[in-house]
Amino acid sequence: MSYLFNTPEQQQEMLRVCGVDSIETLFSDQVPADLRLNRPLEMPPPLSELELEAELTALAHQNGGASTRTCFLGGGAYDHFIPAAVDTIATRSEFYTAYTPYQAEASQGTLQAFFEYQTLICQLTGMEVSNASLYEGGTSVTEAVSMALRSLNGRRRVVVLGSVHPEYREILVTHLQHLNCELVTIPTPAGVADVAQVKAALNDQTACLVVQQPNFFGCLESAAELMAAAKQAGALGIVSFDPLSLGLLQRPGDYGADIAVAEGQSLGTPLQYGGPYLGILTCREALMRKMPGRLIGETTDRLGKRCFVLNLQAREQHIKRDKATSNICTNQGLLALRATVYMSLLGPHGLREVSELACRKAHYAADQLAKVAGLELMFPQPFFKEFTVRCKGGVDRVLKQAAAAGFDVGPELSRFTWSDGDKLSEGLLIAVTEKRTRADIDRLVESLKMKT
Amino acid sequence: MRNQQATQLLFELSKPGRRAARYPMADVPDRPLTDLIPEAQLATALPPLPEVTEPDVIRHFVNLSTLNMSVDTHFYPLGSCTMKYNPKRHERLASLPGLVDLHPYQTPAASQGMLQFLYEMQQMLAEIAGLPGVSMQPAAGAQGELTALLVAAQYFRDRGEHRTKVIFPNSAHGTNPASAAIAGFECVQLNQSEGGYVSLPELQSQLNDQTAVFMITNPSTLGLFERRIQTIAKMVHDVGGLVYIDGANMNAILGITRPGDFGGDMMHYNVHKTFTGPHGAGGPGSGPIAVRDFLADYLPGPIVTKEQQPDGTVVYGLKTPSKTIGRMRTFFGNVGILLRGYCYLKTLGAEGVKAVSDNAVLNANYLLQKLKHVLPVPQGERCMHEFVASAQKLKTEKGISAMDIAKRLLDYGFHAPTVYFPLVVPEALMMEPTETESKETLDAFAAAIEQIITEDPERLHQAPFTGPASRPDDLKAGRNPVLKWVAKA
Repeated sequence: MSYLFNTPEQQQEMLRVCGVDSIETLFSDQVPADLRLNRPLEMPPPLSELELEAELTALAHQNGGASTRTCFLGGGAYDHFIPAAVDTIATRSEFYTAYTPYQAEASQGTLQAFFEYQTLICQLTGMEVSNASLYEGGTSVTEAVSMALRSLNGRRRVVVLGSVHPEYREILVTHLQHLNCELVTIPTPAGVADVAQVKAALNDQTACLVVQQPNFFGCLESAAELMAAAKQAGALGIVSFDPLSLGLLQRPGDYGADIAVAEGQSLGTPLQYGGPYLGILTCREALMRKMPGRLIGETTDRLGKRCFVLNLQAREQHIKRDKATSNICTNQGLLALRATVYMSLLGPHGLREVSELACRKAHYAADQLAKVAGLELMFPQPFFKEFTVRCKGGVDRVLKQAAAAGFDVGPELSRFTWSDGDKLSEGLLIAVTEKRTRADIDRLVESLKMKT
Repeated sequence: MRNQQATQLLFELSKPGRRAARYPMADVPDRPLTDLIPEAQLATALPPLPEVTEPDVIRHFVNLSTLNMSVDTHFYPLGSCTMKYNPKRHERLASLPGLVDLHPYQTPAASQGMLQFLYEMQQMLAEIAGLPGVSMQPAAGAQGELTALLVAAQYFRDRGEHRTKVIFPNSAHGTNPASAAIAGFECVQLNQSEGGYVSLPELQSQLNDQTAVFMITNPSTLGLFERRIQTIAKMVHDVGGLVYIDGANMNAILGITRPGDFGGDMMHYNVHKTFTGPHGAGGPGSGPIAVRDFLADYLPGPIVTKEQQPDGTVVYGLKTPSKTIGRMRTFFGNVGILLRGYCYLKTLGAEGVKAVSDNAVLNANYLLQKLKHVLPVPQGERCMHEFVASAQKLKTEKGISAMDIAKRLLDYGFHAPTVYFPLVVPEALMMEPTETESKETLDAFAAAIEQIITEDPERLHQAPFTGPASRPDDLKAGRNPVLKWVAKA
């Protein structure tokens, strides 16, 4: 089974036109005999659709998905509600079986949708320009840092808060280690950065300061002061934000971010074990031509009608090759479309409701969990929808008891590498979305009480 | 039937007071928000998103979708992109509960089914590549290239070798030099060719103890299989360099020949192309890489492991290789796309996989024969899964350009081929029919091109005539970029 059309008779006719007697000749004309694989590939036998579905269903049943268990997992991916209309649009095959809109006339649907995505993201963030998306939240931070290094030629120092997602920081190290730059990580033992300490770390060699808001521990940083400190040092202020916090919290554009990036998974993309997700990247207009990735622009056609095109392509790899702003060749089109539909459905009031529900429920959960013997909030700072619990005597007992009762919590901080590791080893993240009910929270709290 | 309303923007449909999504009231005790969040951190106004109803949203986006050409509606011979049919079973299976709703930080114990599929996918990718080490972390082909180049850099550093140069032919995808530059290498482009093949003397002249990696797409973007690839690999290996195979064109050689068997040390796949992702209007992709055994320890983690317990049960786990270059992205990888690729490979089996390449190559050669009389193919009589025709003669004689043909094809109901790439062929039209097209479709496409080149060139410059737009003004877009809608004052 391989979705083929041509009958053996047609194949023969086509071969005749090609002037050969077999498909094999087409290959033997081109691929030297000693390079040929003269055996079948070692692969499992082919399955019918019926068998495949049975097999995949059996595999799926072995997994603890968020729809069968109760998910309090966070750390950059969240179990938010996805309205049905998002799937209706994202499963339109005119969208999902099309490709990069190289031929504008054959892709106005995609191009207009991405133009709307760029607009919605600017409205959401208060930033001036958005690209049409990147891979996911972690690489978006790295792309933002690269933008800063390109924009402030000569400055090679990158300052990152220790409260930024440890995987985002690890990605940054991977990408910067072969380039000539200095990466400085500022520890955040109090759960948030000490602004004075950050200021002291910024100098005239600093290209950018990277902040996450709310940060990996769930806490709110003094984002406005940190952005101002970056500006004062002549560096760019980069923030990685939570899109669904912006129905409640100040927007990156409001507190002076130069570049604002995000993991956009919470805007209508399912968890699917970590990807594909959506990388959001926005900036001030002055930085527009330093941006990586696709940008959609409005123009008019031959007849003067409004239409949309891939714009400012001279930044990109297919034109600039080794001088391009990035090697990225795609956006995350289908996920950007999901986010576009999701934001359209929410509107300002729906967004506010989601933000507020998550925030209120998270605070209720934190209050109740803090009353459980052996648990306490690790940091006293204000938080949004996620917080860190200290499990005295280790996280294992808590994870085990929660799991046995049908709850998933975490990730545990000991999963990651920390410069001040020991202090954090008893930390456990708990995320609460609008989907969790008071009853869910009460049952989680009950399950974590010490068994006597 | 197309609806002209579709060209209104979402924001022009907005009316204050309209709503789509509504959420329940909070079921936890009510407290003033300022008790939860310091006032200075609270927004003073709501983001100015549009206010529309659910029917507004559905009609708007469904109408927009009808302005696209897509594989499900049109023949889409976009060269180098492998626009094959996307089986519908994949969409349903990737949406199964337990797969679509699995959190990336779920414990391995509660992810055994997921890890089993990922492990089997790793094995299949290693087998098809003929290279044993696989990382499925890269989100796309371009990220796969970068990952492999960082692996190479780390490998050389470990060996105490200072190698700074990455070499590639001028027919390479733009991502090759872009990835090399980001990985910190100097780029060296080969500018000569011998009938579309790498010039060995030129390659030899560039190889030395500075050579880190030679990157080559095989089959090339010209649709040619580099016959001397083993010699080329030996030349690179002789100076201590590594050979990278850009796997964009794997659709031509599945089960026919393997990058690991023809001298490649590293390669990437494009799961959204070869294993029918789908393409999603420009992504998501998935770009796993496969490498030789001596490079496997440098791969980014996590990698899936399989262990047999003393009691005979099999347990899957995650581990990070010992000398890893580090993480390339968050979480495991683009699992949703890998899952579709897995469903595809499990449906096809070994024979079906080889039949893909058999028929992709047959379709391309047939189309080449049907078109060569009207659009010469400078690289000759035979091709692999795609070929590059040139409209240069037409341009000189009649003033008909590759762009004119591409645009007019849209009126005939065909998506255009890739045009003006690779850069080495003037007035290039790069055509990749894929295996999931019928002889009838290829005949109709060839007939359309034959017809088009007899049309009035002046009129062709204005094509297309039937679509929602015609010849957008790119210069205007670039001169004064309008990248978002702004409310009229």
